[in-house]
Amino acid sequence: MKILRDLFRDYRFAVSFCILAVLVFMALLSFFSPYDPTLWNVVPRDLKPSLKYLLGTDSNGQDIFWMACFAVRNSLIIALIATLVSRIIAILVGMLAGYKGGATDRVLMFISDTLLVIPLFLIMVLLAMLVREYMNLVVLGLLLSFFGWAWDARLIRSVILSLREREFTKNAILSGTGTLNLVLNEYMPFTMPLIFSTLINNMAWAIGLEITLAILGLVNMTIPTLGTMLNWAINYQAILLGRWWWILTPVTLSIFLFIALYWLSVSISEYLDPRTRIQRVGAG
Amino acid sequence: MAFIRGYLIPRLIQYVLVIWLGITLVFIIPRLTPNDPVMRVVGELRGRGSTLEPGTMDQVIADLTEMYGLQGSWLDQYWAFWGRLFRADFGVSFFQFPTRVNHLIATAAPWTMALLLTTTAISWTMGNIFGGLAGYYSRKPWSRTLDVIAMVIRPLPYYIFSFALLLIFAYVVRWFPITGGAQLGAIPTWKWSYIKDVLWHSVLPAMSLIILGVAVNFQTMKLIVQNINAESFVQYAKLGGVTEDRIVGRYIIRNGMLPQITGLALSLGQIFSGALITEIVFSYPGLGSLLYNAIINGDYNLIMGITVFSIVTITTAILILDLTYPLFDPRVRYN
Repeated sequence: MKILRDLFRDYRFAVSFCILAVLVFMALLSFFSPYDPTLWNVVPRDLKPSLKYLLGTDSNGQDIFWMACFAVRNSLIIALIATLVSRIIAILVGMLAGYKGGATDRVLMFISDTLLVIPLFLIMVLLAMLVREYMNLVVLGLLLSFFGWAWDARLIRSVILSLREREFTKNAILSGTGTLNLVLNEYMPFTMPLIFSTLINNMAWAIGLEITLAILGLVNMTIPTLGTMLNWAINYQAILLGRWWWILTPVTLSIFLFIALYWLSVSISEYLDPRTRIQRVGAG
Repeated sequence: MAFIRGYLIPRLIQYVLVIWLGITLVFIIPRLTPNDPVMRVVGELRGRGSTLEPGTMDQVIADLTEMYGLQGSWLDQYWAFWGRLFRADFGVSFFQFPTRVNHLIATAAPWTMALLLTTTAISWTMGNIFGGLAGYYSRKPWSRTLDVIAMVIRPLPYYIFSFALLLIFAYVVRWFPITGGAQLGAIPTWKWSYIKDVLWHSVLPAMSLIILGVAVNFQTMKLIVQNINAESFVQYAKLGGVTEDRIVGRYIIRNGMLPQITGLALSLGQIFSGALITEIVFSYPGLGSLLYNAIINGDYNLIMGITVFSIVTITTAILILDLTYPLFDPRVRYN
């Protein structure tokens, strides 16, 4: 409880916590939606926001508020799949490279450097084009996860490199602890805070890339996400026809989501860094 | 000599290896997919057959067959693939038949390069200066205000940010043209009227890239400078009576710029992807818009061409940046 209280002293944590709470509530609300998101023309088209239709309706004859709930839910699901799988890859690569060193380290770090340096977005476009017809939430999440681990593997590796030189490593090895045991039980706790803060950043990255791929029409357009909602609105010329409520809903939701995720990660990593924590909450 | 052996040669080897791995990815990806890409494209082409000029189809199928390699083992295909790349031959474009992919890229690339170079240079310089000052005077109100603004802008992905700008400048204030690279039908010349037109059209795409870039550089630089601030040489300079302007300008910001050069090199790929996306939002006639058309029309040759071109260009740009790094670092320079 004390940790939470300290964290809430930072306005950024408080703001992002509230925004995320609202968004998660929307995502949960989608389970109680009166409409099926795959059906069209369930409500009158192109109505402005009103009490009956909170955020208005779109040109497909769908209620924008309920579509937004589905969109937030699906975008979060994609982000979670992408992030969790890429965390596993990042942890494995980072720990292996850091602990083994030598040739293993060089090869793994070369691969991750390459992924960092080349314009990945184009590779993803190429890949997404080829699996377009199999595209769903899981495939997209996995696709993103294969490319989202490079930077974080590097961070984890650098932590392991410094842990390896510490006294307790020698103690553990001399007292007969196996490599797997050592890495999982002794090193993992040290890297957990780092893994957690990269997790949030990676979620934001995945959601952003989903929106970009959706704008290019490379994802399954029948699944509502923040990206596909925006794509439909643009395709139906919502800007030109002045249907601001349709275009602004996904844009505003994304802006809030990105700011909330970023502030959360900055706030938590500042809290985890003892130097900045003392500045903020005092030494006590 | 030590420089060449210790720095230049390993760096060049790395450069070649990165390009090799990137292009090998481009080669492998279509082959890992469950369906035969050539047959799929051919199927799609048959569907649109009536809208194509006669001969298009045969040419495209021949190109695709060779490009994706249907004959021979994977190794043969791999060799043939590299052979084509060395001749810089990406075949013909399908949506603008019979223009060659090379020609399309050559027309679009200068637009992207001009936009990318100017915006990256401006945002890197401005971000470093503002970030440096804000890091040194981190307790002043203006520094905190700038920090909050950067905190809001930085997390936004390129697409969302440019789109928000587009909405503002399409609805609220109509100061700048929101699409295109020049007036429709204008003929490219070196006349001032044409140049002015191009600059005028590039205001919004450039602005969105610069604002995002400044926000990122501002924050990283602010953090670096706050760390340098705590070092003893700064304390010493203060105690020795060196003026604050001199400390900030000559000691702190210059020291902070070194890691920022490395940072720029590492993020160049992302900045490039961001520029492509921004171009798509504002229909700016560079590689991004070309890519968008290629995707919409299912033009694999063109997408492959753009991807390979971008990998080589960006990797080369990073190499140049890395090789000039010693020029900026006096510790390396004087050795």
